[in-house]
Amino acid sequence: MTVQTLTPTHRPGSVLRETWIVFNRAMRLSLRNPMWSILMLSQPLMYLFLFGPLLKPITAQISQGATTNAYQVFIPGLIVQLGMFGAMFVGFGLIAEYRAGVIEADRVTPASRIALMAGRVLRDVVVLVVQSILLLVVSIPMGLRAPWDGVLLSLVIVALLGATFASLSYSVALITKSEDALAPLLNGIAMPLLLLSGILLPMQIGPTWLQRLSDISPLKHVVNGVRALFRGDIGSSASLWGLFWVVLLTVIGLAVGARTFRKESA
Amino acid sequence: MMIEARGLVRTFKTKRGPVQAVQGVDLNVADGEIVGFLGPNGAGKTTTMRMLATLIKPTSGTATVAGCDLAKDPVGVRRRIGYVPQSGSTLPEAIAGDEVVDHARLYGVDKKRAIADGRRLFEELDLPGLWRRQCKTLSGGQRRRLDIVMGLIHDPKLIFLDEPTTGLDPQARANLWEHIRGLRERGATIFLTTHYLDEADALCDRILVIDHGRIVAAGKPEELKQQVSGDGVRLSLGDAENAPAVTKIVEELPGAVAVETDGDVVGFRIPKGGSVLPSLLRTIDAQGIELNGVEVHRPTLDDVFLTMTGRSLRDDSETPAEAQKEAAA
Repeated sequence: MTVQTLTPTHRPGSVLRETWIVFNRAMRLSLRNPMWSILMLSQPLMYLFLFGPLLKPITAQISQGATTNAYQVFIPGLIVQLGMFGAMFVGFGLIAEYRAGVIEADRVTPASRIALMAGRVLRDVVVLVVQSILLLVVSIPMGLRAPWDGVLLSLVIVALLGATFASLSYSVALITKSEDALAPLLNGIAMPLLLLSGILLPMQIGPTWLQRLSDISPLKHVVNGVRALFRGDIGSSASLWGLFWVVLLTVIGLAVGARTFRKESA
Repeated sequence: MMIEARGLVRTFKTKRGPVQAVQGVDLNVADGEIVGFLGPNGAGKTTTMRMLATLIKPTSGTATVAGCDLAKDPVGVRRRIGYVPQSGSTLPEAIAGDEVVDHARLYGVDKKRAIADGRRLFEELDLPGLWRRQCKTLSGGQRRRLDIVMGLIHDPKLIFLDEPTTGLDPQARANLWEHIRGLRERGATIFLTTHYLDEADALCDRILVIDHGRIVAAGKPEELKQQVSGDGVRLSLGDAENAPAVTKIVEELPGAVAVETDGDVVGFRIPKGGSVLPSLLRTIDAQGIELNGVEVHRPTLDDVFLTMTGRSLRDDSETPAEAQKEAAA
């Protein structure tokens, strides 16, 4: 028998390289069939055009005097919503890949299991950031005004949020391996998250009990943080809390995802 | 030795408690062999293969696959093996050539070489002009050959094929068999699972018969058939009245078993049926009994399976527990 090279625990370079290969493949597939990405963007666009204008007369009231620009209140909610919902349903795509045998085929290669997930998550993040930028650009003629550094930081938050929800979605998809299980589960989580995070209207205008309840949702703090960033309050406690929560969520999301992808039966 | 496995066991947790899908499998596969794993659905074929291909961990047992220890060096095993899963390995929406190249690159093959090797394999496996086609536009047989290209792209020493021809029409199956035989000429060792007897018979140098998670028989197809059942012989008498006399003659033959009478037909099994026939016919003739016809049929692998397990492979009836096992795998 020939002498075997001693094993290959993964060098960091090869993980990055493999992530890049997986990302490229995923991105190519998304670009070949952009319908899904367009559909995901249509929802926030509808909110922007059909719901945004309703907020104009009551901006001062709902922001408690912090701003008079309705879109400074509303767009942060929409891009957080995009980051969350856009990424939340990527698990369906993974189930399709699983059924086609692609995941199995990936897993018999020596590639790092982390790279198999990270490459796909990276694709989702890129799609989300591009969608967010499109949404922001469209909002400018509608009346959005916001400082560029705050907006840039907000895009980072959206990217992290997307990475979190994409990994969690992949994780649940790999565990359930069934659209029938995934759909009700995601919808069950999405609805309360949406309502309790002050995405459409700031929770501060609600009754105290509802505000306390919404404190449980880390996403509320993220939305508040992004709103502060859009007002230019970059060093404010709201924006720092928002950043803190999104980083924590990202660490948890990626850890769960990585663990699932490494597990043998996944 | 390309595969050496000892005491492989795999238990799955199910709602009805643990199920032992594989219950202590020992097997050896030599370099350059085509070995078939034959058994009904739920027998533990796929589970065993998935363990050997590093996709699931054995509950207990050890194995060396392509020179690497399964438990200590799964990445080393992955580098050296190709695995063609039953479920396919390409996304319907993706471009065939892209899937092949990306797959190769995950093995560390550089892009240029992946394209060159991929295109050459497309020619060899009879997929000319399909490089830029969407996978879903390929026929069943083409899709299966594409899966094999995926499994071969990094030039593995050992190739696992899980139910390679399930769902193909007879012509596509025969065609695929040719290609699988061709793989051996490249110097590859092939380990395949099948629940088709004719496939095991036509393709494999050696067969391992598995049932209920255990290997119940192993050997060359010819050996298995000879050792287990002997040939089947049927004598048509034309006159049922002669049946008892003929039955008596047959029963006196050394080695004759399973003697049965059905109207004017007497059937039995005997080793080397062709060589005992002439003297048997003379004996019958000497008693003035006329024969309408004689039939000898070689034993099939189904006879082997029937003898080893008491069940016919063709029934292919799964119990729900077995179906669950396979689903859990």
